[in-house]
Parts: sequence; structure tokens; C-alpha cells
Amino acid sequence: MCGIVGLFLKKDDLRPQLGDMLTDMLITMTDRGPDSAGIAIYGPETEGMVKITVQSDSPETAFAHLDAALCAAIDAPVTIKVIDTHAVLTVPEASEAAAIAWLEETGLRIMGSGASMEIYKEVGLPKDVAARFGLREMGGSHGIGHTRMATESAVTTMGAHPFSTADDQCLVHNGSLSNHNQMRRTLARKGVFTRSENDTEVGAAYISSRIAEGATLGEALEGTIKDLDGFFTFVTGTRNGFGVVRDPIACKPAVMAETEDYVAFASEYRAFADLPGIEAARVWEPEPATVYFWER
Amino acid sequence: MTTTLDMTATDLRAVNTTLQAAARAQANEDYEIINPRGAHAMACGLDGPLTVTIKGSTGYYCAGMNKEATVTVEGSAGPGVAENMMSGIVTIEGDASQYAGATGHGGLLNIKGNASSRCGISMKGIDIVVHGNIGHMSAFMAQKGNLVVLGDAGDALGDSLYEARLFVRGSVKSLGADCIEKEMRPEHLEILAKLLEQAGADAKPEEFKRYGSARKLYNFNIDHADEY
Repeated sequence: MCGIVGLFLKKDDLRPQLGDMLTDMLITMTDRGPDSAGIAIYGPETEGMVKITVQSDSPETAFAHLDAALCAAIDAPVTIKVIDTHAVLTVPEASEAAAIAWLEETGLRIMGSGASMEIYKEVGLPKDVAARFGLREMGGSHGIGHTRMATESAVTTMGAHPFSTADDQCLVHNGSLSNHNQMRRTLARKGVFTRSENDTEVGAAYISSRIAEGATLGEALEGTIKDLDGFFTFVTGTRNGFGVVRDPIACKPAVMAETEDYVAFASEYRAFADLPGIEAARVWEPEPATVYFWER
Repeated sequence: MTTTLDMTATDLRAVNTTLQAAARAQANEDYEIINPRGAHAMACGLDGPLTVTIKGSTGYYCAGMNKEATVTVEGSAGPGVAENMMSGIVTIEGDASQYAGATGHGGLLNIKGNASSRCGISMKGIDIVVHGNIGHMSAFMAQKGNLVVLGDAGDALGDSLYEARLFVRGSVKSLGADCIEKEMRPEHLEILAKLLEQAGADAKPEEFKRYGSARKLYNFNIDHADEY
């Protein structure tokens, strides 16, 4: 079991409330996944700049003067925002690869990067994780979240969802993949590498590699039905929106709601209970082996 | 008189305890539950006559093990609605998620919207009427009872079917192992007419096709020994 949630706002005026709405949805899914929680939030962008989210178990020492050190290493301007065990470093687009390589070398864990996306994930109850990062105060256009009950890899920060394997792309998953080791090797031969032993990260890397090869988000999600074996309800986030796909057996639950203001996804209807206008929303269960996506 | 229970003020266990006691009292009272907020196991284990209306959508296992009670969900129901129902009537005004009416022994499950995968799996005497469509693997290993679908059926309908009767008005994406189309005889039209009337369904029995077991999986076939 795991819990997944997603929220895509159609109207700009709700953006300041995105974090608040997603946090309620996430906490409601605690029963489905109490061991770790995470969220990917797509917030404001700065032209020509990229945000890199990193994590450290000893943030006081690891993040002290990190911006200055990174600035010197890549010879480019760097700003830093520290939130608990995570830091978001903003660097020029052209310096992104060099910055990530340097950050990894210093022993920091890379959560994800992109023009818009920031990822926050930790071990612990969803309400505690949400409070540590102040998720309620975060604004944005869309976001996805996950509450984890681990099956395929250890309960660690790196094993928590969302997984990001390319700029502004991330994935949350309820289920378990059975061909992830084989797929990990197949992807490695193409030069696509993962950072953990987790099955979901392989799913994320598969989708990213398909998109890198020229597939659309829809085509990449179609591909998961054919190429990934196992149980999955996936929600994937991109810079412009989010997508949903379930395996053909579809034993992992999924429910969606749509109003004029938003499109919402959750493992269970309970997560929608506090959304504005939910009584009048169109609520439906996504069909098995069918790709859905919303983009702006 | 209708008693209203508000789930923002009363927790699930207290609501179910109240309903179960009222059912046991055999007084056939009316209860209304407001603000269900998708809670699990609502109005389950009702063991006597009682009328319960849930004003909103429910989570897993609503009205499970129902006996004699009439439960109406004025919204959609999560997985396993009316699971192992014995008798009574459960009505879902919206959609039902997977394995609706699973292992049901009796009574009527009336789904006004769509039902997703595995509807009526291992049904053992329940009648299920779905006004919309049903998903894949519905009526898998269904033993007894009737499944009536006004819309379409998904893949592998009636796989490994025993003696349940399946009636589908729309298309069937594919039939499961040992499930075949069968002749609609007068007695079947009669059963169907009665069920459609009970469910308030706007359809004529003549518009349906009947599916049932080919009865070829009942016994071990020695000629197939090599295949195992």
C-alpha cells in the first residue's frame, strides 16, 4: 500500500493555496503510508535559472556557506533557500550540470532539479514531514505527493517518493514493479542511471528516457503499460502539468475529481473531502491501461 | 422520523455502533448520515431491517455483510461495496469502484452509475444491477445469482464462471475462460424483467444477451493431462 495525491490548478487565483490543499490531501493518506512522505511542487520560475533541491542529514554544517562554495566551484551566481534538511539552490541554466556534479561530489543527496519543480521528502509521518518543510505555505501551479509504506527498498530519504530523473519531471507510485532490475540494466546500457535501489525510480527513469528520446508525455506513459511489469498506479509531474496511468490489472486504487478550478488525483476519495467545491465535482475512477494527462 | 448522524461530529465507530444496534432492534427506523467524507466501512454489518441514506461518497467496504437493511449512497462508493452481502438492498447513486458485491450471497446491489473491475467476483446468490458499464474480470468465478449490466462489459467477463447468470445489454469486450453466450429463454426474460423493475432500470429484457458457463472447467479432463 501507499497513498498518492496530485493537484493541478486551472486558475491562477488558487495558486497561493496549493500547498495547503495538497497538505490536507497528503495527511489524509497517512493510513496508506505512514513511514515517509514527499511532495513535488511546481512553483514560480526565474528566467534562465534552474532550481536544484538537495538533502543532507546534517544540514547545519552541510548548508553553511554552501552557496558561496558552489558559486566559486561553478563560477556563476548562486542563491540558496534552506528548509529543514533540504536546500534549494538556484543557478544559471548553463551551469546546472556542473552544479549537480559538484553537489553530489560533496556528498549531498540530489532530490531533483528544474525551472519550476522543488522536491521535499523525508522519513516520518506525513503530518510531521509537512510541518518540517512548511508545505502548507508553499504556492504553485500544480503538485504531486506520496505517503509511503515501503515494500521494494529501505525506508530512507532516497527511498521516499517523488522520484525525479530529469529536469522538472517526477513520479509517484502505488504498487510494485517486478521487472525493475532488468529495466535498470536496460536503461544503464543507454546511459540512464538511477540513484537508489527503488523500483519506482526505475519507472521514473524509463519515462524520462522515453521523453529524452523524443516521445511525448502521453507516449512515454503508454510505454509503461507495455514495458513495465507489475502493479502500478503512477502519477507523473512535468513542468506544464501531470499525467496518470494504471496497469491493466488496476488493483491499486485511483480516483479523480475535476471542477472548473482544478483536477485532483488521489488513492482514495477521502483525500478530496476538504477540496473546495468537491460536492459538485465530476468524480470518476481512471480506467486501467489508459493514459490521462492535463497540461497548460 | 429520520435520525441524522453527522460524521464531522460523530466518529465512524460510533456511527456504525448506533446503526448496528438499531438494526438489531428490528424497528426499521430511518437514518441519514451526513458528511461521510469518503470514510471506510460505513454502515457495515447491519443485521436487521433499517433504512440508511448516506449523503455523499464513501470509501472502502461500505455496507459490507449487509442483512435485511436498505442502504443508499447518494454519491460514489469505494472498493468492495456491499461485499459479502446476505440480503436487503444497497443502492449506489454514483459509481462503484472495484469488486462491488464480491462474494455476495443474496439481496440486491443496485449501482446507478458504472462499476469498475471485478464487479460481482465470486458472487454466490446476490443480484447486481449496474445501470452503466462494468470493468474487466467481472463475475470471475461467480457461482450463483444474477449480474445485469445495462451498458458495456470489459475484458474477460465471467472467467471460470459457475452457475451465475450474466445479462449484458451493451457490448462485451471479451469473454473469460469457459464463459459463453447462451440462449435467452422465457424464464430468463422473466427473471430479468423482475430485476429491472426492482432496480428502476429503464430497459427492456429483450435488449439483453445472456452469458453463462460452458461447464467445461468443472471437472478434470484426462485428455488435458499433458498440458499441466
